[in-house]
Amino acid sequence: MATETTKAESKPVETVTVKVDGVTVEVPKTTPDWQGNPVPTTILQACKQVGKEIPHYCYHPKLPVSGNCRMCLVEIGMPAMGRDRKPILNEDGTPKIQKGVLPYDPSLPRGAIACATPVAPNMEIHTHSDNTKMMREAVLESLLINHPLDCPICDQAGECKLQEYSMEHGQAKSQFAETKVAKPKQVDLGPRIMLDAERCVLCTRCIRFSRDIVNDDALGIVERGSYNSIATFPGSRFENNYTLNTVDICPVGALTSKDFRFQMRVWFMKEAKSICTSCSTGCNIVVGSRENKVYRYEPRDNDAVNACWMCDEGRLNYKWVNREDRLTDCIIRERDGNQRKVEWPTLIKELSERLAKAEPGSVAIIASARASNEELYLIKLLADHFQAITDCIPRQGESDNFLVQADKNPNSNGARVLGVAFSEMGIQIARIDEGIESGKIKTLLSFGENITRVGIDDAMIGKLDLLVVSDILGSHAADKADFVLPGAAHLEKRGSFVNGKGRVQKFQKAIEAPGNARADWEWLRELVIKITGKQPADNLPGLFNEMSASVSAFNGVQWKDLGDLGVDINI
Amino acid sequence: MKIKRTPLTWFEKLYIPTLISGFKVTVSHLFRKKVTMQYPEEKWTVPEGYRGAPYLVKDSKDRTKCVSCQLCEFVCPPKAIKITPPGPEVNAARGNIEKEPKEFEINMLRCIFCGYCQEVCPEEAIFLQKDYSLTGESREEMIYNKTKLLELGGVRDSDVKKWDKKAEDAAAQSGH
Repeated sequence: MATETTKAESKPVETVTVKVDGVTVEVPKTTPDWQGNPVPTTILQACKQVGKEIPHYCYHPKLPVSGNCRMCLVEIGMPAMGRDRKPILNEDGTPKIQKGVLPYDPSLPRGAIACATPVAPNMEIHTHSDNTKMMREAVLESLLINHPLDCPICDQAGECKLQEYSMEHGQAKSQFAETKVAKPKQVDLGPRIMLDAERCVLCTRCIRFSRDIVNDDALGIVERGSYNSIATFPGSRFENNYTLNTVDICPVGALTSKDFRFQMRVWFMKEAKSICTSCSTGCNIVVGSRENKVYRYEPRDNDAVNACWMCDEGRLNYKWVNREDRLTDCIIRERDGNQRKVEWPTLIKELSERLAKAEPGSVAIIASARASNEELYLIKLLADHFQAITDCIPRQGESDNFLVQADKNPNSNGARVLGVAFSEMGIQIARIDEGIESGKIKTLLSFGENITRVGIDDAMIGKLDLLVVSDILGSHAADKADFVLPGAAHLEKRGSFVNGKGRVQKFQKAIEAPGNARADWEWLRELVIKITGKQPADNLPGLFNEMSASVSAFNGVQWKDLGDLGVDINI
Repeated sequence: MKIKRTPLTWFEKLYIPTLISGFKVTVSHLFRKKVTMQYPEEKWTVPEGYRGAPYLVKDSKDRTKCVSCQLCEFVCPPKAIKITPPGPEVNAARGNIEKEPKEFEINMLRCIFCGYCQEVCPEEAIFLQKDYSLTGESREEMIYNKTKLLELGGVRDSDVKKWDKKAEDAAAQSGH
């Protein structure tokens, strides 16, 4: 990869000189298209590169160009050519610019759609001229003719391009006195998607996404003329694992998510940049929450990981965070079954006293590859102190050839580089089981996993001197444990993961943890201080930097280097 | 600063004439029309446009006009309004007005009767009405829920029947 980049950089980029709103600019002759192949730079891309936004509906940088909404019409001028194929010059020596006009009315401009028209040398682009504005207003008026204007009940309101552009380019009053076309509403396209055909502007983004990105040619336009609308082919449903992306790319409120439909208005939601934890791809997401309740995940652009897509399964996998059986209390349990709820300082004190008695070599740690790097680093410090056997529990599932990975743990590689798990995750579990059976292992620490899943039953728990369970959701092991430490879900803390391809990415806190549950790294750090006497950093960025300095794979990457998009490391 | 006091004149110093003029005012009031209102037995009729407590209204077809757009919740300066949106289940009874609030609460202790909710409402579903004396025995009682708000609000139709018109238009085009 690295060599390729340097090659591309060393080659001088061919440029084209154009004039955008009277300012002469140089833009590259080619720009990557939706697949990343170099294609001639279009007017829209050129304007974007020089910071001029051209309104559009059907154009999407990650989809093939369709050019049907006409919203991006701009007035352009080209240098006039003489019969000798040389530019005709004005008296002052500048090239004469000829503007396109309609053949039947030469006083009306003939615009060009910015999304599909390549730039040409000395082209003049007018993004804000009177003619451009006139064309934009006309197109918008035409798109709004049959629009139901039901923004009060539309989920897209607040992030709707139709709303935004009608504020910028629209009119307050409709000139349309006729009856609006009524199209089907609440159309059930698939298990997760509902269509409101009246709101649709027929930009075909959803059709192109499904056909070209997911290779599931499920959608099309049916009927002709006024009543045309998006539909699935007869007898089929729009039910691939990526359908909810069409809700994101729909520029209006036509495609709605059944999960998010009528749940919360978008302007109330607080957004936090996070990472999806449903598989090792680590899709970048934005978490929308209000008053400590998560309402939705949306993909966040990151070309190195997920572009701007994510799978439906990962997107909808957030409801467990608010589940009833969340662990919310610190519990110390005697062997006779008596238990008491305590506060964190008491728990840490008593737990560290008990752990201090553990013989080196008699301790096993089952950590989770869902824990953050910082937490695994602290767990590793504990493990080294006790010379403990450590491992994580693997989670395998289906993969596809787009985003979903078979490894369902978000941080398997983090666990591997930090030495908590091995290339073959779960290989030590059998040894831990054996150690408990033979009585060699007397203390078992389980961080964020349900150990009953790997065959540790009541009889084996009975053989242990000490069982410490930290988890997010309740489990049988948590009911049996001597110490229960309520942990925080990834949405409730900061941290970083290493994804399946070795990219370190950080996630931010979206909501508060319930009850006494606390971010794991905070109490792990206190345990490390009490038990090993080491003093890890007291803040998360500091902890990351400390970990990065001590683990060679991280190559000294600093927390601030991670940015929003993450950094590749050698795994 | 020193204030210069004008000394009393000899007439004022006599005292009796000023006392009599004071009594004249008192006695004249005995024969005037009474203005004291026996509140709370008697109540003021408030003028048109008075900003009393905000209540939800229904239309003449007994439908809750509110569509749960939450603009009032957004605009409310003291954050007195809390709306629970309905969620994705399709409510067939609502017809083409797909959305209605599952719960609508106004905390009358927080409400400052500013009228922003009425002003912002795109459906003309909430109005500041004539109630100005709200009482309750607990804080909870002062949080009015949807049922109570609709009961107190009554019926208020608007001239623009956009949902009915939409339904009619759709029915007319059903066979297109």
